[in-house]
Amino acid sequence: MLNNIITVSGVSKFYAGASGRVPALVDVSFDVPQGCIFGLIGPDGAGKTTTFRIIATLMLPDCGEVTVSGLSAKRDYREIRRFIGYMPGRFSLYQDLSVQENLEFFARIFGVKIGDNLGLIEGIYSQLEPFKNRLAGRLSGGMKQKLALCCALIHCPRLLLLDEPTTGVDPVSRQELWEILGAMRSKGISVLVSTPYMDEAMNCDKMAFISKGKILKTGSPQNIIDSFPQQVYRVRGPDAFRLLKFLRGLPCVRSAYSFGDSCHVCVKSTSDIGDVKRLLARDVGPGIKVEEFSASLEDCFIRLAQNDDN
Amino acid sequence: MRRFLYLIEKEFKHIFRDKFMPKLIFVIPIIQLLILPWAADFEVKNINIEILDRDMSSLSRRLCLKISASEYFTATFSSGSYEDSLWKIERGQTDMILEIPHGFESDLIKHKGSQVLLGVNAINGLKGGMGTSYANDIISDFCSEMALRNFPDSKPFNVEVLADYRFNPYLNSKAFIVPAIVVFLFSLIGGILAALNIVGEKELGTMEQMNVAPISKTMFIASKLLPVWILGMLILTIGMAIAYLVYGLLPKGSFLIVYVFAAVYLTAFTAFGLIISNISSSAQQAILTFLFFILIFLLMSGIFTPIDSMPHWAQNITICNPIRYMVEVMRSIYLKGGTFEDLQSQFYIICVFTLLLNIYAVVSFKRNVN
Repeated sequence: MLNNIITVSGVSKFYAGASGRVPALVDVSFDVPQGCIFGLIGPDGAGKTTTFRIIATLMLPDCGEVTVSGLSAKRDYREIRRFIGYMPGRFSLYQDLSVQENLEFFARIFGVKIGDNLGLIEGIYSQLEPFKNRLAGRLSGGMKQKLALCCALIHCPRLLLLDEPTTGVDPVSRQELWEILGAMRSKGISVLVSTPYMDEAMNCDKMAFISKGKILKTGSPQNIIDSFPQQVYRVRGPDAFRLLKFLRGLPCVRSAYSFGDSCHVCVKSTSDIGDVKRLLARDVGPGIKVEEFSASLEDCFIRLAQNDDN
Repeated sequence: MRRFLYLIEKEFKHIFRDKFMPKLIFVIPIIQLLILPWAADFEVKNINIEILDRDMSSLSRRLCLKISASEYFTATFSSGSYEDSLWKIERGQTDMILEIPHGFESDLIKHKGSQVLLGVNAINGLKGGMGTSYANDIISDFCSEMALRNFPDSKPFNVEVLADYRFNPYLNSKAFIVPAIVVFLFSLIGGILAALNIVGEKELGTMEQMNVAPISKTMFIASKLLPVWILGMLILTIGMAIAYLVYGLLPKGSFLIVYVFAAVYLTAFTAFGLIISNISSSAQQAILTFLFFILIFLLMSGIFTPIDSMPHWAQNITICNPIRYMVEVMRSIYLKGGTFEDLQSQFYIICVFTLLLNIYAVVSFKRNVN
């Protein structure tokens, strides 16, 4: 039994752009262990979809090596395609076929019947059943994703590749999708999933931050949070924008960025926070709250991305 | 094999679930076949001729009558000046002027000869030329009649040309144009459906899902080609039915040969459509590319203008036009009763097209997006 269902080592990919070759992936390496949910987390344009396409054998990397279940994505693509379930970021089922027809079609293409793996898809399928005669194009966003997931699972794949399955889906359906992924894991299916939402990353067993085509960090979400080297302070006040500008102007502040309606601040050394509080009280005025805050994945990502830029 | 059937089934669902597609496929060819042959009629009729009869004699009147009785001409009479009539030509109110000079009758009788003036608007070369030739025929006919009537004893040197029109004895232009239009229509529908097919999946994003499915390239292309091919053959059948029901045309040769040729030819032409679909990234691009080719193919196919009268370089271009060969085949079978032996060379050429285009359709289909 292999330990890693996917290994990506030293993969680079360039696209032809208007101003020469634009790098999409730069020396990307990570491993996805068997039977876990692995999240690829990063903003739009970070290279998530390119990574997925390479792993799904739809694209060849310019350099580097990808193996899926020990098979080379370049040479053994036929075999790989038999046991992966790929769900592209864009809805890619036939909109003019009904829910049932889509399912039947994809089942037949893979040489199975819908009933064969019913145990796997039962949970989702029961939600889709009331709409089974509706055309796929007329489903709501969440239902479309569930149908797409169902189609990707119909042949009982060993590996699920889900490219941004929760983008454009309401919070309730998102939660449901993550629950489904959890159920898949318990049935022994490995899942590689990408998302731009940091809060969703906590659902993953392992994750990698990706930004501008580079992997910034890999590990379990908790490990990544624990490795955050500093105390984060949350600063809240009536005028968040002015507050942010002021904080960034202070020499003892290492970084400050807006986070919802507040600012997250890291100082250069722990003793500096006293200075910050004093200066805030003197120059900005009363009503500013400063409190210790445990770092979130987003804090980690921002710090890693900034370090990378520098 | 069963997978292939499922793919085909899916293709037909796409076509018939579309609200517009079935109309495009069936209604449009039928309407075109009902209208186009009438518009593409090479017989020139209804030529407006203005007759200026200065002589007003019984002979000149007889000539006038002869002309106005012809189905080709719509005659009007005028006593105005030649310049007035010329002005009418300039304004497009008439196409030709026939001026019969004063003393026409007496000249004819005394000197056994006279002159008439024919003024022709030759902007539309075909109409001008045909009009002149019709008028010439009528006038010379009139002359020989006169000669015979007035001088029955004298035997003028008289040669009568008897034309034996082979293959299309009544010079029915429909018999010539309808089989060619049938070819054009089933090429058009087959080609356009094929051209829109793969690019449609690319646009919808479904291509990405199909790409990871365990289906071979050849099977995928074949599943795209076959439904379109079936529809094309159906259009051919409908076209031939209309040719019979509306225009009374049946092939003199066998139906079998028509279908054998059409089957091979359509495989080539749908593959051509698929190639366009493969290299295009949007339906718009595919349609424009297809339009570019189909217009050239149409005008250089010999459907409307004979290839023999094209300049040499243009004739060479028609060699690369698959429609040209099928039009030749169809006309030969319909009008001459062409057999397989007669059409062997066309058959081999069409086979070469089929082979090359289909190979390229599979090769140009790129699974890996790069």
